[in-house]
Amino acid sequence: MSTDIYLNVAVSGVLTGLVYGLMALGLSVIFGVIRVVNFAHGEMTTVAMYLAVVLFATLGLDPLLMMVPIAGVLFVFGYALQRWLINPFINRPEHSQFILLVAVAIILANGLLIVFGPDARSVQTSYAFDSFMIGPLIVDATKAFAGLAAIAVAAALFAFFRLTQLGTAIRACADNYTGAQVIGLNVPRLYALTFGLGAACVGAAGAMLALVTDVTPPLGPSFTLLAFVIVIVGGLGSMPGALAGGILIGVIAALAGLLYTPSAKGMFVFAILVLVLLFRPQGIFGRRA
Amino acid sequence: MIARLAENVSPRAATALVLLLLALLVAPWFANDYLLTVLILIFYFAYTGQAWNIMMGFTGQLSLGHAIYIGLGAYTTAVLFSFSGISPWLGSFAAILVTVLCGAMIGFLAFRFRVSGVYFAILTIAFAEFARIGFDHLSYVGGSAGFFLPVANYTQSDLWTLRGKPIMFYYLSLGMTVAAVVMCHIMISSRLGYFWLAIREDEEAARAVGINTFRYKLIAVVISAAMTSLAGVFFAFYYNNLFPEEVFSINRSIELILAPIFGGLGTLFGPILGAFMLTGLAETLTTTLAALGVDVPGAKQVFYGICLLLVITVLPDGVWPWLYRRLGLAGRCE
Repeated sequence: MSTDIYLNVAVSGVLTGLVYGLMALGLSVIFGVIRVVNFAHGEMTTVAMYLAVVLFATLGLDPLLMMVPIAGVLFVFGYALQRWLINPFINRPEHSQFILLVAVAIILANGLLIVFGPDARSVQTSYAFDSFMIGPLIVDATKAFAGLAAIAVAAALFAFFRLTQLGTAIRACADNYTGAQVIGLNVPRLYALTFGLGAACVGAAGAMLALVTDVTPPLGPSFTLLAFVIVIVGGLGSMPGALAGGILIGVIAALAGLLYTPSAKGMFVFAILVLVLLFRPQGIFGRRA
Repeated sequence: MIARLAENVSPRAATALVLLLLALLVAPWFANDYLLTVLILIFYFAYTGQAWNIMMGFTGQLSLGHAIYIGLGAYTTAVLFSFSGISPWLGSFAAILVTVLCGAMIGFLAFRFRVSGVYFAILTIAFAEFARIGFDHLSYVGGSAGFFLPVANYTQSDLWTLRGKPIMFYYLSLGMTVAAVVMCHIMISSRLGYFWLAIREDEEAARAVGINTFRYKLIAVVISAAMTSLAGVFFAFYYNNLFPEEVFSINRSIELILAPIFGGLGTLFGPILGAFMLTGLAETLTTTLAALGVDVPGAKQVFYGICLLLVITVLPDGVWPWLYRRLGLAGRCE
C-alpha cells in the first residue's frame, strides 16, 4: 500500500516535471544559442498562463488546444524582443543583459497586475477531476494530457533542430558565431528565430501550467528560478537534459513534499542545484565544455 | 589620512562633495518626515550598492543573492536584541561574524570549484533561496509568520538600542553611507584594490603575474558580505519586522544592485547617484500618480521598468561616468 503512494506521487511528479521541463527547454535553447540568460522567463510564462485563462474564461476554449496559438503569440513576442531589444546587447557584459531582462520582467509582471489585478486566476475544465486507473496507479487526467503534450512539443522542436535546414543553421550559429557570419548566415535573424522558439516553448508550457496551478502576476520569479534549476541540473544548452532535469526535479519535489513538508520542497531543489553546480557544473546530462 | 583621501580628487569635485555633505547634514531641519524617510531609503540603497559594488564593480563577481547577507544580519541582531537584550551595536559583531562565515563558505565553494560568470550568479541565488525557505521553517524565529522587534515609544530616541525617531535613522544611514564610501575609496586605491581591478579585467592575466586570485576574490566576498550584513541590521531596527519572504527574497537582491548599475559600476559615486535617481524617480512617480488620482497598482513599476530599460540601452556604463565628464569634475591627472 505504502509503495503505491510513493509510486503515485512519483508519477504525478514526472508529469508535472515534464511541463516544467518544457518551460526550461525554452531557457536552454535561448542560452545554448544566443548565450543570453533570459531572466524574464518566468514572467513570459505567466503571460502565457493569463492568455490561457482569458481564452478559457471568455470563449471557453480548452488550454490544451489553445497551446498552439498561445505558443504562436509568444513566438512573435520573443522574436520581436530579441530583434529590437536584446540584439544590441549580445556583446555587452552579463550584468548589462541581466538588467535589461529584469526591466522587461518588471514591465511584464506589472503590466499583468494592471490588466488583471492581484487575484489568483485558474482554469476549471470539465475533465479537471478525471483520472485513469493503470494497475495500482491513479493518474490525474489533466496532468497526463499535459505531460504527453509537453513530450510532443519537445519532440517537434528536437526534430526541427535536427532535420530542417533552418535548424541546422541555428546550430551552426551556436557552434561558431564568427564562422556562421563568414558563410553568410543572417545571424541576427536566426537569433531572433531562436528566441522566438524558446518563447514558444514557454507559451505551450504556460498554457498547460494554467491547468495545473493558479496564476497571479508576481509568480514570475519563482518560475524563472525553477527553469534555472532544471536547465542547470540537466545541463545548460542540452535539449534532452532540460526535459530529464524537469522530470528529476519534479519527482524530487513531489517526494520531498510527501516525506517532509510540501512548503519545504524548494530547499531540496536548491540543495540539488548547489551540489550540481559544484560537482558537475556541466549538468547531469551535459557535455563537458 | 585626509591628504590621502583627497588624492585624485579635483578641487571642483572636492568642493561639490563637501557642499553636498553639508546640505545632507542640515537637511533634517528643513525636510519634513516624508522627505526624511525617502532620504533614509536612498542612503540604504547607496550603502548596499557600495557594498555590492566591491564584488561586482571592483572584482567582477556577479552576485544576485546579496539578500542572504541582509537577512542573516537582520535576523542575528534582531534575535540577540529581542531574546537577550543585546544592543544592536554589539550584535553587529555577531552579524558580521555570521555573514563572514556564510560569505566565506559560498566564496570558497564557488572559487574552489571554478564556478564563474552566470553560474556563480545562479549559485548565489540558490543560497539565498535556500536560506529564505529555511527561515520560513525555522519556528525559533517565527517562521513564515515573521519576527517582530519590540517597538518603543517614538518620543525619545535611544541610540544604544536603536529605538526611536526617523531622524536618528537618518543620521545613522548617512553615517553608514559616508563610512562605506571612505572605506571603498581607501580599499580601491590600495594594493588590494589594484589586485581586485586586475582580477576584474582579466583573471588569467592576474594569476599569471602572481596574484593569488582565489584569496583576493574571497576577500572581496567577505568584505562585501560583512558590509551588507550591517545594512541588514539597519533594516531590522528601522522596519521592526522581519519576514523571510521579505528579507531573503530575490527582489531584495535585485533592488540593491540596481543603484550601482544605474549609477555606474565600479565607481565610488555611482551607487550614490543611482540610489538618488532611482528612489527619487520611484517616489516622484508615487506622488504624481496620487496627485493625478490614478490608483492602478503596477502602473508605477511599469514606468520604472521603462526608465530602467532606457538607461541601460542609452548609457550602458551608467549615468555617473557620463555626468562626471559633462560636469568637468575630472582632475588634471585624468
